[in-house]
Amino acid sequence: MLLEAAGITKIFGKLTALDGAALTVGANEFHGLIGPNGSGKSTLMKCIAGAEVPTQGKVSFVNTDITAFTPTERARAGMSLKFQITSVLPSLTLYDNILLALQAQSSLVDLVFSRTRGALHDQVMTMLTQFRLANRAFEAAAALSHGQQQWLEIAMALAGKPKLLLLDEPTGGMSLEERRVTGELLQPIKQHCSLVIVEHDLDFIRDICDRLTVLDQGRVLASGTVSEIQANKAVQEIYLRRA
Amino acid sequence: MGAVKRAIPAEIGGEADVVMDSGGTARRASARKVLPIVEGVVLVAALLAPLLLQDYLTVFATRVIILALFALSFDLVWGYAGIMSFGQALFFGSAGYGVALLARDLDITNIFLVLPAGTIIGLTFALLLGGFLLLGRHPSSVIFVSLGTLTGSYAADRLARGWYYLGGQNGIPSIAPMSLGTYEFTEGPAFYYLVLGILVVVYLLCRFLVRSQFGLALAGLRENEQRIAFFGYKAQHLKAIIFTIGGGVAGLAGSLYAFHEGFVWPNMVGVVVSTQVVLYVLFGGSGTLIGAVIGAVIVEGVSFWLSDNYRDIWPIILGLLLLLVILFRPLGLISFVLGERERVGSFGARAKESVKENRDAP
Repeated sequence: MLLEAAGITKIFGKLTALDGAALTVGANEFHGLIGPNGSGKSTLMKCIAGAEVPTQGKVSFVNTDITAFTPTERARAGMSLKFQITSVLPSLTLYDNILLALQAQSSLVDLVFSRTRGALHDQVMTMLTQFRLANRAFEAAAALSHGQQQWLEIAMALAGKPKLLLLDEPTGGMSLEERRVTGELLQPIKQHCSLVIVEHDLDFIRDICDRLTVLDQGRVLASGTVSEIQANKAVQEIYLRRA
Repeated sequence: MGAVKRAIPAEIGGEADVVMDSGGTARRASARKVLPIVEGVVLVAALLAPLLLQDYLTVFATRVIILALFALSFDLVWGYAGIMSFGQALFFGSAGYGVALLARDLDITNIFLVLPAGTIIGLTFALLLGGFLLLGRHPSSVIFVSLGTLTGSYAADRLARGWYYLGGQNGIPSIAPMSLGTYEFTEGPAFYYLVLGILVVVYLLCRFLVRSQFGLALAGLRENEQRIAFFGYKAQHLKAIIFTIGGGVAGLAGSLYAFHEGFVWPNMVGVVVSTQVVLYVLFGGSGTLIGAVIGAVIVEGVSFWLSDNYRDIWPIILGLLLLLVILFRPLGLISFVLGERERVGSFGARAKESVKENRDAP
């Protein structure tokens, strides 16, 4: 397994956000994480990515225990996170946003003498083209629409060629057309990358995911293939019924 | 080619024109650059100053140039990397004390020894303090760093005041002049051009650094430290490095200041001078190197003029002026002429040019 999170508990003061949640993701698997509001999806993502430290539990990535790793160490191990709230760097150009993500693992000397700037140029433009942003390459990221900022951020998250990409609500605030394009943009990455995706849009999730995990009140309610989950009575009770 | 020119709307930085070619790809065609013009004007004014100023004003101008060098050090740390250092005088003053001791106790005044020594003292203190404040396993908060640096500066001030070896309250007076062979640098045009030369060299080095890919990493650090950690950047290391470099520049400025003034005193490491440098940079415009220089020149120039003309109330007038600028021009005076886009800059410039050349090639 690429990712194995087991027995993840996260307590904020009196609130138990996660209560022994688990998640396993294989190579080249698109895995959807769904559940009602407050079920702990984002918290589980953060515990996996290192933005939150779990109160209890263990996270393994490529057979290494990364529970105590910092976000930097996780990123260097091949994990990448797109935050729920877009956090592109608004005053930098799109080009520089991507370059910033691409050059993250260049050595200090290479950075100071700008040795990888030329070599990374083609990759920057390829990523911008892939995410339909090339014609705005030299504008400030702040000028993009919300949907485009999400794409830019997905592009940035993919820049370091991660083995696992964690996407927290990538289509939040997008139009229908933008959602459709986002699905298209994500498909090709399956060849080299697994995906964990938190999303409210169940049609979107069903279209792109291989497996689903359903969280409810911090616990795993069910986990399996899309059809298994759709057939699951308990899930229908709490969630799919409303979709 | 049927290229259509359109201006980028002002709110996203209106100084660049983008050419859309028929394929829909955009590239920057001509960017009206304000910064080089401002830099050129400031340099010419600085070169001419001793020719136009009376002798006592040249001495004042020398002091201001040294303080501008000091301001650069804070700008690197705050303006570029977003580290709020309220203790920059610690590095400035400790280098000043260090070279004063070299001159007093060891008779070392050779410029090629004392200036590197001062720089190294600044670097070392910054490395120690920065290592302690910034190099934790998890990012340190802005409050922790600003209070930590403030405390460092305050403690150094108290230490200097209480330590007899450092001259206590009176500091170290009558430092022998800095020398080169038999030549002694005393106040006047030679000292002025020396510090101006050093400022220009340090300025160019800083400019090289902040426009490099390292500068892009600093921009990321300043805008969203947590985000760049998730890309795999060792954000704390980057911070410690730029903080140390800033300490070195402050140390260089402090050693020049000690020899220029001929004495060092506890204020030089203390909170007042630490705050002063913050004001220079806020006033001139943080995040632009020339803004830091202009800020130091204007704050010192205005203080000088006000104190001459309004002997009793000048600090109040100066305080109000600083408040007005910070309230209404949070990006400093430089923002009157400099757009946001040019201030932040572009880091893939060379690559862009090469693309342009390739496209233009037959």
